[in-house]
Amino acid sequence: MSATEHASAPVVPLWQPAQVPSPTPSKIDPPEGEDLITVNFGPNHPSTHGVLRLIVTLDGEVVVGLDADIGYVHTGFEKNFEQKTYWKGIPYAPRMDYLAFFANELAYVGAVERLIEIEVPERAQWIRTLFAELNRIHSHLIFLGTSGVELGAISLFFYCLRERDRVLDLFEMVTGVRMHDRYPQFGGVAEDLPKGFYAEAKRFCHDVPLRIDEYLDLVAGNSVWRDRYRGIGTVDADTAIAMGLSGPNLRASGVPFDLRRAEPYLAYDKMDFDIVTGERGDAFDRLMCRTKEMYESVKIIDQCLEGMPSGPVMADDRKHVLPPRHELQTSMESLIHHFKLVTEGFRVKANQIYYTVESPRGEFGCFLVSDGGPKPWRIHFRAPSFVSLQSTAMMAVNRYIADLIVVVGSLDGVMGEADR
Amino acid sequence: MTAEQLAAVVEQAVPGSVQAHADDLDMPSLTIAGQHLIAVCTYLRDQQGKNFLSAVSGVDYLGYGEEVAGYFGSERGRDINRTGSWGTPETVTPPAARFAVVYHLAHIGEGPTDRVRLQVLTEEGRVPSVVSVWPTADWHEREQYDLMGIQFDGHPNLRRLIMPSDWDGHPLRKDYPIGGEPVQFTDAV
Repeated sequence: MSATEHASAPVVPLWQPAQVPSPTPSKIDPPEGEDLITVNFGPNHPSTHGVLRLIVTLDGEVVVGLDADIGYVHTGFEKNFEQKTYWKGIPYAPRMDYLAFFANELAYVGAVERLIEIEVPERAQWIRTLFAELNRIHSHLIFLGTSGVELGAISLFFYCLRERDRVLDLFEMVTGVRMHDRYPQFGGVAEDLPKGFYAEAKRFCHDVPLRIDEYLDLVAGNSVWRDRYRGIGTVDADTAIAMGLSGPNLRASGVPFDLRRAEPYLAYDKMDFDIVTGERGDAFDRLMCRTKEMYESVKIIDQCLEGMPSGPVMADDRKHVLPPRHELQTSMESLIHHFKLVTEGFRVKANQIYYTVESPRGEFGCFLVSDGGPKPWRIHFRAPSFVSLQSTAMMAVNRYIADLIVVVGSLDGVMGEADR
Repeated sequence: MTAEQLAAVVEQAVPGSVQAHADDLDMPSLTIAGQHLIAVCTYLRDQQGKNFLSAVSGVDYLGYGEEVAGYFGSERGRDINRTGSWGTPETVTPPAARFAVVYHLAHIGEGPTDRVRLQVLTEEGRVPSVVSVWPTADWHEREQYDLMGIQFDGHPNLRRLIMPSDWDGHPLRKDYPIGGEPVQFTDAV
């Protein structure tokens, strides 16, 4: 059979925005047909960013039906949180979205802090802001690198990992570990910034924009890259909002919505930065949004370094905050507090809260219901990857299967977070 | 807008829909009668600009506010130590129904986000689906059906999403056993 004969499925012209399919937004049933073939795509395919399974129905090379299946790395985070005291939940949170670990910690810690009404010192807020932005750069670098790998461009991945390593070096310098740090804690951060951090971070702020310039040349100046990404998976603003897209996926469609601006948390209201938006909402705009956001993150890091207020990094609230280590040797009171906090944990009044942060992937929300006990009654995370991967079907149908790879990649889903 | 004002306008638009309202720590919160949910959601989306559905969360209140939560694991339920040794826990009034389905809405566009929390209390875990109002609710509702066992009436594709398709039980329910449960294997579908 020749190529022209079996290409019966219509291919959507470039730039035509995806429509929300009716009635199921996340699953598109193939039409009746004889020449259709159903392919199991994943869960272990290198371009699916982890373990996303797509059941793809093909007419020749054209995707005509798609059903996404997730849950292959479901580890029951939410159930586990219910078995742990509030303190012991902190190391758990970053392991959901392992690329945006700090944002996940911030959402959980922030939610509990609101519930126990603890005042976080200003310096701690600034340090958190700094690391949230470092983490954003980390996540976007991995996105940029892997989106190249999917197209077969390996080299950019190594360049991106080089810069990512410098981010992790900074994390290691302050927290002692490179990822999953348990650095933000209820009431502040675990420790103050060490000596030498300022100079190292300053060097980072100087170097990274130059590197991003080079990457932009590699991506935006590369005709293969442009042709593969332009006009693929286009969504307009209204559809993006209706489908719940957030973060760079939403901003690429031209909606200047950023929780750092819309509902300022931490020290973002004191920061000067721009919200990067796209125009058409295609895969290329999503890619460029993320890449250009790194410049803004560097700007914020620089402002944090320059304007960092002095003062304590932990709230003075011994009923919720671990006492300083050195006091345990000398103070009976501190020892008792430490013991009680670590064994039983603190109790949180019955209440509920929905706390959101702008994770690199979008609105990461933590809905927490407490019952007066030392453990959360119910915790539910609004994972931006979970939400955005729903849109795979409507973006990929009636396009070539090669574009499906680009669509999945450009949504930047992290399966650890989607499955939880 | 405070919860009281919001309750008044929603009640005016859809009479008999608001059962309770409260100003929570973070946003106004309305308790909606299940049979009016679609009407209220459509009203909030079209007239109040709540175009963005953040999340759908199911909460199981079985044993809420009691010493023993009633699930397998520890006979003392959720407490490691006995009550009263650390702080003074208040006795919590459990809600009228076992399940609550919580919707977080927001406005994206000009002006503030104006978040609102809607809550539907249901004894048997059955609410209408809001996929027709916000298409993003598709996976949110499938997740809650899968993990919490909430039935969303009118959902076009209510299947398990996260657990294997032949899984027995709904893990996030409070009466789901923890530890000691038989290992379930699955035929890959």
